[in-house]
Amino acid sequence: MTLHATTSQTVGPFFSIGFDKLNRDDLAAPGVSGQRIEIEGRVLDADAQGVPDAVIEIWQANARGKYAHPDDPQDKPAEPGFQGFGRIPTQQNGTFRFATIKPGRVPGPDGKLQAPHILVSVFARGLMRRLVTRIYFPDDPANSQDYALSLVESSRRHTLIAKHSSKGDGLLEWNVVLQGPDETAFFDC
Amino acid sequence: MPKDTEGTASLPGYRRPAPGTQPYHLHPAYASSIKRAPSKPLVYLPHTLSEVTGPIFEASAVDLKACDLTRHGSGEPLGERIIVSGRVLDENGRPVHHTLVELWQANAAGRYLHKIDQHDAPLDPNFIGTGHAMTDANGRYRFVTIRPGAYPWKNHHNAWRPAHIHFSLFGPAFATRLVTQMYFPGDPLLAFDPIFNCTADENARNRLVSSFDWESTLPEQALGYKFDLILSGREGMPWETK
Repeated sequence: MTLHATTSQTVGPFFSIGFDKLNRDDLAAPGVSGQRIEIEGRVLDADAQGVPDAVIEIWQANARGKYAHPDDPQDKPAEPGFQGFGRIPTQQNGTFRFATIKPGRVPGPDGKLQAPHILVSVFARGLMRRLVTRIYFPDDPANSQDYALSLVESSRRHTLIAKHSSKGDGLLEWNVVLQGPDETAFFDC
Repeated sequence: MPKDTEGTASLPGYRRPAPGTQPYHLHPAYASSIKRAPSKPLVYLPHTLSEVTGPIFEASAVDLKACDLTRHGSGEPLGERIIVSGRVLDENGRPVHHTLVELWQANAAGRYLHKIDQHDAPLDPNFIGTGHAMTDANGRYRFVTIRPGAYPWKNHHNAWRPAHIHFSLFGPAFATRLVTQMYFPGDPLLAFDPIFNCTADENARNRLVSSFDWESTLPEQALGYKFDLILSGREGMPWETK
């Protein structure tokens, strides 16, 4: 039997009614091991205007590179208090900010490790389907060998790599550009 | 082979949609997509461990009262009480059990309890319009709610959204995430709705329309509507080739 996956429809402008209960911008409970990081950015439209009615969802491994999921076959410890899921609605000017730990490296194809990365889904009014992208970390030597990054044209790879924020304090900056010359690379996933 | 990679090479990915069964990002008839849809082609990413895993929500995260949207106020909401139920299956026909289903909707007058909804229709103090539930071992879910009203929007002149209920599902993996809308049978607005019509494949579109269902209709209480949801299925499952 082969069925077809249900057609996606936009979250529309009022998703907060249904989504707010699972909002989570602090992914790691106190005591969770790993390097604490904070990432902030904006979701921007074709006119570089902030998108105030978007929401991003995060999925990531723990600091050891283990997903809190039964299909992760790695013999690595799970991390109590760390699910790896976040949901952050954008604010008036399209900004979002979340705190987590830097994920460890997880396996990729051909037995090679992927560079540390965070998966992101973007939902908004106007998007009939979610957009999928990834956040990588600045100055990580593993980026140059990463499987998913290597699939992206070299001129667009920077759109997936967070920057050190000028605000300092180890804060990272990463934006989602929905459309335009500096459009974020999105994955068919 | 390092321990990190043991076994992961054999993890199958999830299937990609059949042509036409999912909307394109840019759909000019839906004005909001014009400045927000990506203009460059998506980058095809074969699924890795990151995409075949995803957030799992425990039953303890579910409020059992959340599936009855008619009990979230101090009294009965106005409108036609309905039961929306169905199954969540994967493309291989297997039930997606114990997965979270989130739902939100307008009230019977077509008004959302949301600060930016300025439609001149009354709010209902007894209706919030959100619920959630976990599917059971057979992938079944059931909500009690009221039939949402149609409402105007500013997409084009005299634009009205057909009555609909928003659904959000996670499924077993990041790759199976789905957000969609359920519609009602026989709604004359469907033919004119750019959001409903953004999917090219007519059969795929029509699967978003629930069906009236005697089996779940409760005498003296509520009409039943059946709405099954299908999530991406794993590639290479044994019975897929049969």
